[in-house]
Amino acid sequence: MQKLLEQSLDWVDARYPVKKVWDEHLAKYYAPKNFNFWYYFGSLALFILVIQIVSGIFLTMHYKPDATMAFASVEYIMRDVDWGWLIRYMHSTGASFFFIVVYMHMYRGLIYGSYRGPRELLWIVGMFIFIALMAEAFMGYLLPWGNMSYWGAQVIISLFGAIPFIGEWLAEFIRGDFVIADATLNRFFALHVAALPLVLVGLVFAHLVALHRVGSNNPDGIEIKKNKGPDGIPVDGIPFHPYYTVKDIMASVFFLIIFAAVMFFVPELGGWFLEHDNFMPANVLQTPPEIVPLWYFTPYYSILRATTTDMINVLYGVTVAMGILTVISVKDIRAKAATVIIAAVVLVALYIFEPKLWGVILMGSSLMVFFALPWLDRSPVKSVRYRGWMFKTALAIFLISFFILGYLGTQPATGLSTRIAMVFTVLYFLFFLLMPWYTTYDKTKPLPERVTE
Amino acid sequence: MSDDGVNRTRRRLIGLTAGMGAVGGAFVAWPFLASWAPSARAKAAGAPVEINISKLEPGQMLSVEWRGQPAWILNRTPEMLDKLPGMVDLIVDPDSQESIQPDYAKNKTRSIKERYLVLIGICTHLGCVPLTKFEAGRAEGMEADWRGGFFCPCHGSKFDLAGRVYKNVPAPTNLVVPPYHFASDTQIVVGIDPSMSRHGPEGAKDMDKKMKENLRRSKG
Repeated sequence: MQKLLEQSLDWVDARYPVKKVWDEHLAKYYAPKNFNFWYYFGSLALFILVIQIVSGIFLTMHYKPDATMAFASVEYIMRDVDWGWLIRYMHSTGASFFFIVVYMHMYRGLIYGSYRGPRELLWIVGMFIFIALMAEAFMGYLLPWGNMSYWGAQVIISLFGAIPFIGEWLAEFIRGDFVIADATLNRFFALHVAALPLVLVGLVFAHLVALHRVGSNNPDGIEIKKNKGPDGIPVDGIPFHPYYTVKDIMASVFFLIIFAAVMFFVPELGGWFLEHDNFMPANVLQTPPEIVPLWYFTPYYSILRATTTDMINVLYGVTVAMGILTVISVKDIRAKAATVIIAAVVLVALYIFEPKLWGVILMGSSLMVFFALPWLDRSPVKSVRYRGWMFKTALAIFLISFFILGYLGTQPATGLSTRIAMVFTVLYFLFFLLMPWYTTYDKTKPLPERVTE
Repeated sequence: MSDDGVNRTRRRLIGLTAGMGAVGGAFVAWPFLASWAPSARAKAAGAPVEINISKLEPGQMLSVEWRGQPAWILNRTPEMLDKLPGMVDLIVDPDSQESIQPDYAKNKTRSIKERYLVLIGICTHLGCVPLTKFEAGRAEGMEADWRGGFFCPCHGSKFDLAGRVYKNVPAPTNLVVPPYHFASDTQIVVGIDPSMSRHGPEGAKDMDKKMKENLRRSKG
């Protein structure tokens, strides 16, 4: 029997590189031995992707992407389809947990410098995954055709209308109608269940390929590949399988306990995972009293709302200050000239275009700026463990800004809360804009030769 | 890449083939992209709506659906109209120079007949439906200096009783006035200009073109 199995494996292996792939990516893929809590979230994100795809496929078997039937078909899933409520709550809870896990995963990259060379592309592919995930979540949110679905989509698609010259046309092109309508629902369904999942899976594949090319970073932020034993294996590396496969399986068990608790007992989580206003069908003639996106979009939504006429004045100041700082700091005369020109263009644009457009630009930039992270960070060390007080302070301020913006995004926009949001929007961006300076002047600790426990 | 020993003709042909392939790709992409534009059915749904206003008392407002959007008809009381001239200092665009409305509504009251205000009930910021807060002052939960009008709950934009936007709110322009005309004293038709009213649906199409032109002009 054993022999028969071996022979079959050999037969397959001669025609398909099973053993090679197994060894390269699992049994002989050496990962640093000092992974900690933060390293669970990559594999957990993959796990949730599978949950979402499976639960999503089963939802499409009962859901109707039609403006007259969509809301009722979701209620039909909840009430009449056997176990339909479970599949739907699994999908909606999975969406929020996806973002929790991905935010943790990104924060890990931030504190241990996993975006630094040679992992720039790995980081960039990851950011594309994040953006594809946001698009996926946004489009999925329209499908229940609740009133918040409808008006949330209306607000976000109207954002494109702020783009000069082509904006109105573009918004109409995305909607396929003059307002959010059946055409919009139908195409969002197609994108949500077919196009974007394909893109996501493709990007995740590329993310893993890039990871296995450069190897994992670790909490010490030192390269284990620089210290190999006589057998050519990193002395601080252990094979991914069985060491980390077992660790990740254990993590997924803990994760499932929490996930199941939410899914079974509090699937709406008091309106945080499923909003109350979305239990009413879409009403073209009435906006919900307060349009609030789901929690994972609220920091960016806050930035959008904070951009009023007053904010433009602040932006003048930030542009001038950053321009002066850059001109003083760079040596090359051409770089100085380029800085002056760019700052001048931004100032003119600030004067010409209305705050509505700048809200959209700032919201977009708050994501785009992550792409530049590998080149903004000039520190000789990667991990927060060996950085000085400047980076730690900046990171703390950034984290606080992110949470406060996130909270404000769930609250009505009053005069005071808009002011506070403005302050933290500026702080959010300063984390990135000032990074080349504070990482240069920050005092770092000496790096160890080997990874620490 | 080194060019030594390269057959230049072949390389040029490879370049040409690739270029033709790209052109072909663009041609294939076009139908797919174009399929996203509003379909013929969506465009046809822009049919005009007729509203009987004989029962609309002064101070009352009607909301009807036109092109999937709320169209409002407000019968303004004389007191409401009296407030309009005094608003000028609070308003971004009191003369509606930057805003979208047919020429016949580009006046002090933004209407054909003074009393009847016809608006698209969509905030020019991000497309929410503003709430009606006609009572001045704190009566409807607004601040003490509120003079009555429309308030958008999404991002706090404020409009007066002619749909004109307040200063220092996110909405950039006044609420849009759709094309409309009075078929009789008690009958408003939203979607067709007075000048086009005799020409039927063709007229509506012309109006659509004109609206888009207006839009372009006001954006430029």
